[in-house]
Amino acid sequence: MPDQHIASAFDRDLETIQAKIMKMGGLVERAISDAARSLETRDEELAEEVRGRDKAIDKLEELINEEAARVIALRAPTARDLRLVLSVIKISANLERIGDYAKNMAKRTSILAQMAPVNGSPAALRRMAREVEEMLKDALDAYIQRDINLAHEVMQRDQDVDQMYNAIFREFLTFMMEDPRNITACMHLHFIAKNTERMGDHVTSIAEQVIYLISGEMPEEPRPKGDQTSLDASITPSS
Amino acid sequence: MYDAPTLESSVTTDNLKFTARNVHVYYNEAEAIKGVDVDILDKTVTAFIGPSGCGKSTFLRCLNRMNDTIPICRVTGDIRLDGQDIYDRSIDPVQLRAKVGMVFQKPNPFPKSIYDNVAYGPRIHGLANTRADLDVIVEKSLRRAALWDEAKDRLDSPGTGLSGGQQQRLCIARAVATAPEVLLMDEPCSALDPIATAQVEELIDELRQEYSVVIVTHSMQQAARVSQKTAFFHLGHLVEFGETAHIFTNPSDERTESYITGRIG
Repeated sequence: MPDQHIASAFDRDLETIQAKIMKMGGLVERAISDAARSLETRDEELAEEVRGRDKAIDKLEELINEEAARVIALRAPTARDLRLVLSVIKISANLERIGDYAKNMAKRTSILAQMAPVNGSPAALRRMAREVEEMLKDALDAYIQRDINLAHEVMQRDQDVDQMYNAIFREFLTFMMEDPRNITACMHLHFIAKNTERMGDHVTSIAEQVIYLISGEMPEEPRPKGDQTSLDASITPSS
Repeated sequence: MYDAPTLESSVTTDNLKFTARNVHVYYNEAEAIKGVDVDILDKTVTAFIGPSGCGKSTFLRCLNRMNDTIPICRVTGDIRLDGQDIYDRSIDPVQLRAKVGMVFQKPNPFPKSIYDNVAYGPRIHGLANTRADLDVIVEKSLRRAALWDEAKDRLDSPGTGLSGGQQQRLCIARAVATAPEVLLMDEPCSALDPIATAQVEELIDELRQEYSVVIVTHSMQQAARVSQKTAFFHLGHLVEFGETAHIFTNPSDERTESYITGRIG
């Protein structure tokens, strides 16, 4: 099937929106990586920078939604063009949420920098954030290259993130039981871990949108769920 | 969520009206339709779409034997209306066309009064015995075509004095006056402004309560708006036939997708 529309302005509109998604994706990847780095190196300046850059991400989401509405109103897209417009609306919302979580990580970093460090945990969190960042990069590659296999693979990898979260959750629980003075820091660190796990869920949604965009159908396989902490009896103090 | 009402655009019946099998149409030696199979449902709007010269109008005209009037045109294959072969020797094309009405691209009212335009069909088919019966048919048909309120005070004025949109609705009233079972429409809105187009589309939606409607249109948005089933024709072939919502969101054939998304196909 030919790639180009008879109306070349339609192609340019769709390319413009997709370029904005890629730009937004790039900013979000950088936000995750910088937020995780600032946490590990206790770099308050970098954390502050991550918080400031979130505005640009929010602005892009707004622009993408406006342009998507414009294309729907003016060009009445159908079939894969319609799916493309629907998917950019959802993907931009997912990216915006991921950006918020990164911003929140940076905010907690600023607080944590005032406290005594908790051994080993920032490195584990950074590994988790790194995995999410890789997943996001692959999800966006799958999007731009229309690679359905890569999108399925990204969805599967969310389990790894969930398992990392489980491990970190247990670790923090131990730290807190060992020494109640760790509780404040560990609560912040735990929120960071949970938010990173949520980022993975949003990346999974992006991968789902890629599959919908390419095939016209939402993926049938159940989403892998590796976060068992809500079912875990070991969190009760009596155990 | 399974109890939620379905969208209006869904197909609600599986009663067949027309069945066509292996239909070929030739103009002299040129093959315009190359083996088309299609099932047209009752009480459903079916849209035929496709680029110019793809055969959609030719195929539409097979359904009430309008092609009989073209000497060089030859139709082969099997087309049945309610199981009856419409090309059988025993079928009178005039009677067939009373059952399968047609509305054309350009409004073509007779140079007669509004009343006589609508009364013409019922008169020649002997559907009314008295003037009172005829009055009832004329009013009912004009109402069904959403023209009664505008025309009731000027039934004796010439049909050609109406606006374009009104003339097209008059032609629809004339087509429904013979109590047809199927209404064929060949680009019924292409000469109308957007308001008149919307009125005709609203009318089509109402007509489907009682008739099977088949519409040929160049406007894909119109096909998407009014039909429940869509058939895509290309170079004399029926490329894809399915639920309109499916054709416009996730067509199965690449040629369909190229055409409806406005890509060069």
